[in-house]
Amino acid sequence: MAAGWSDPRPLSPHLGVWKWHVTMAGSILHRMTVFANYAGLIILAVWLCALAMGPAAFANVNGLLWSAPGKFILVGLTASTVYFLLSAIRHLIWDAGKGFELGAANMLTWLSFVATILVTAALWGWLLLG
Amino acid sequence: MPNTLRTPLAKVRGLGAAREGTEHHVSERVGWIALLILAPYCLISFLILGDYSYPGVREWIAKPWNALPLALLVFVGFQNLALMIRVVIEDYIHGRFSRSALLILNTFAAIALSVTGVWGVFVAALGR
Repeated sequence: MAAGWSDPRPLSPHLGVWKWHVTMAGSILHRMTVFANYAGLIILAVWLCALAMGPAAFANVNGLLWSAPGKFILVGLTASTVYFLLSAIRHLIWDAGKGFELGAANMLTWLSFVATILVTAALWGWLLLG
Repeated sequence: MPNTLRTPLAKVRGLGAAREGTEHHVSERVGWIALLILAPYCLISFLILGDYSYPGVREWIAKPWNALPLALLVFVGFQNLALMIRVVIEDYIHGRFSRSALLILNTFAAIALSVTGVWGVFVAALGR
């Protein structure tokens, strides 16, 4: 294994030459939501441990979570989780061999973006207003 | 005219160019299916709770049909995400020491966080 890249020869171009596809955005967003969801799952684990440790700890954690910046983060994490799950469905459809045609693949990806926004808005609208 | 360039031996072996990775791929996909069931279930179960006071939430989590899927969600969630982060590390980190160190750290973090989350669920469900 190389201990760092020291070869001075140029690499072949990628981002500069490939025509943009929405499936590229879907893919990199999927990877980014993995990290966001990891943080979100840690927050869930912290919340559960606070619940286990008593009313004082629970009140502290809840206070942080439902503060203004906390809510902002929670909405972002909801969107991240929803997108990850919808994207998982999209990948499972592809694993089954369906939806590889260019139009279908792009449509599936756009659908996952739109559905993420709709589900997140519906959830938080319900939570904050209902 | 066969529509494949694979030799019969390649088909029997069932491997791709990397010679391994099928098990990882299947684990990841099965994990996703589990999360697609557990996440909505736990979310809905929490949303219909109603009483979000401390005693209310403790009473909610004491019921096994709330606690067990939640414990599974945390456990399967960390395991699956750690698997995906492993791929990211393998993709981007190539230094001899940093690659091994990050992969080990990823494994340890997944185990530590899984166990911590499950501990939280069970102590909240069963404790005083």
